[in-house]
Amino acid sequence: MNQITTPNDYSAYPDASGRFGDYGGRYVPETLMPLVHELEAAFRLAMADPAFHAELDGYLKHYVGRPSPMYFAERLTQKFGGAKIYLKREELNHTGAHKINNCMGQILLAMRMGKTRIIAETGAGQHGVATATVCARFGLPCVVYMGAVDVERQKPNVFRMNLLGARVEPVTSGSSTLKDAMNEALRDWVTNVDDTYYLIGSAAGPHPYPEMVREFQAVMGREARAQILEAEGRLPDAVVACVGGGSNAIGTFHPFLNDEGVRLIGVEASGDGMDTKRHAAAINGGRPGVLHGNRTYLIQDEVGQITEAHSISAGLDYPGIGPEHAFLHDVGRTEYLTCTDREALEAFRLCAELEGIIPALETSHALARLPQICAELGPEGIVVVNLSGRGDKDVATVAQALGLSI
Amino acid sequence: MSRARIDARFARLREEGRAGFIPYVMAGDPDPETALAILKGLPAAGADLIEVGFPFSDPLAEGPPIQRAAQRALARGMTLQKTLDLVAAFRRSDSETPVILMGYANPLETPGYVAFARDAAAAGVDGLIVVDIPPEEADPLADALDAQDLSLIRLATPTTDDRRLPVVVRRTSGFVYYVSVAGVTGVKEADAGAVAPNVARVRAASGLPVAVGFGVRTEARAAEVARVADAVVVGSALVDEVAAALAANEDVTDRVLTKVAGLAKSVRTARTSSVGA
Repeated sequence: MNQITTPNDYSAYPDASGRFGDYGGRYVPETLMPLVHELEAAFRLAMADPAFHAELDGYLKHYVGRPSPMYFAERLTQKFGGAKIYLKREELNHTGAHKINNCMGQILLAMRMGKTRIIAETGAGQHGVATATVCARFGLPCVVYMGAVDVERQKPNVFRMNLLGARVEPVTSGSSTLKDAMNEALRDWVTNVDDTYYLIGSAAGPHPYPEMVREFQAVMGREARAQILEAEGRLPDAVVACVGGGSNAIGTFHPFLNDEGVRLIGVEASGDGMDTKRHAAAINGGRPGVLHGNRTYLIQDEVGQITEAHSISAGLDYPGIGPEHAFLHDVGRTEYLTCTDREALEAFRLCAELEGIIPALETSHALARLPQICAELGPEGIVVVNLSGRGDKDVATVAQALGLSI
Repeated sequence: MSRARIDARFARLREEGRAGFIPYVMAGDPDPETALAILKGLPAAGADLIEVGFPFSDPLAEGPPIQRAAQRALARGMTLQKTLDLVAAFRRSDSETPVILMGYANPLETPGYVAFARDAAAAGVDGLIVVDIPPEEADPLADALDAQDLSLIRLATPTTDDRRLPVVVRRTSGFVYYVSVAGVTGVKEADAGAVAPNVARVRAASGLPVAVGFGVRTEARAAEVARVADAVVVGSALVDEVAAALAANEDVTDRVLTKVAGLAKSVRTARTSSVGA
């Protein structure tokens, strides 16, 4: 598989060594190298096995609730007065976000590999909840590493994980957010090499994770492509998604990569603004480096120390981005815009008021760029936005930001 | 010098019929001046080779002691370039003790491998260990180091089986670092019984001396490992001395060098003292 057939076949990466152009790879301690090789072999076997796909598809349909709807957002379209806006309703999945698509794929793989203990990192808690959920469903013990700052700002999700039987380990090293949770999960994996499966939630980490997470998330893009063809009889002009590590974006973009006329637009979190140091925009405000097992764009200082990211959205509060995004950015296939905390809050409110959908703060970053994108495309245009998660988890954060108490 | 300096040191250890002692210290911990004083004192305290950590914000193979050491160093403004300056200052008083830098890939990416290798060689560095650059990713770095006659020292671990070992020792020189436990630094303790056959395996596959680290904290454990390995590395226990001295408001240099002297003595005498002594 993954034969690179034409120079512009962007869907054919990574190569055999896990590279997307200059990015990706396997930058992990030697202790983990045999494990990532074993994981890749198991992943290839599973992907070539119709029984694996049949099992996964069954759970996606009956447990996750796929396919998710493609919904014409009539009132947002009217409000912005430009292109027609369609929302890919990933927030309607079980657990309320796209994260469970990947978790279901990886937990089935972990069980095929005979692993008996699951670890994960989480930022907003959505991936932690999704991991805890599949672990409960299949009866596997689960430890979720979560930055102490995130534990504080995402309490409902911490409680959910505990209800599902997972142990949440608050991480106090570094900036106490997602990157530190990932460091700690990797330290756990290095220490527990025999029985433990590390279920990464972002399209990041060492090869094969970026490819594997993308493959399990690409169900969103495949459905969206078929659904928009059915609804409109043609492909959209643009597909938009928020980007932190980038799993919802890459899963949505990937099936459209070879559709040349479709603009693929990621929206990074610019926190307090790109003119400040408080942002989480790795592509717009970073440069290439090596972190968490792969080479990609990173927010770092002038001597190569990783600096703290900032976003109101815990799920985007990460100083890196998946390596495939770095590659697609460099070759010009995708575009990366930014959105501040303030703009995301406004979009959050607007989507709730006009469509009766409370979006996740992460997703609100993608929604916030719609006025500009819809105006550029004009009334004849069609744009698909991945509504990657629901915002119930964020109501306390939003209330605080608006100076309200609940 | 570089590779020759490492080879000469291991040749002398072989002649003396003993294992070498390799202390690990973090550059700039607790501050640049004290770190230099510690470094200068290490050979007299019994260090045969020296590992100098260059700090990184996200050291994913380190346990809490070295994580905290890196944070102390970064808080005092330590950088990769200043680490090289530290080694250059050390070289003005010592031209024989090999110095190995140890750290993570990202700080090397900013100058680039070629410029880094040139500056490291000029500073008097002899070898480099990069925890998160495994053999599969190491060729560009190995090319840059080869051009300056610097050793790229590889890590072998309990998960490195016989099939993988040739991959791990390809393009390596100086010595091989055997990580004696599956885990981060400074947490689990090495089992000397399990270490012996692995050291023999790595030595046979590489034709190089084997140093053992990750999991050696005490003089007794250092002596056990010194009976089977060519060198013993202690890191977390030393940076813990820095932390303890700071907490107790004691002289950091004295406290670290006293600890080094004790460990070095137990390593030097391990093969002549009775087992279990």
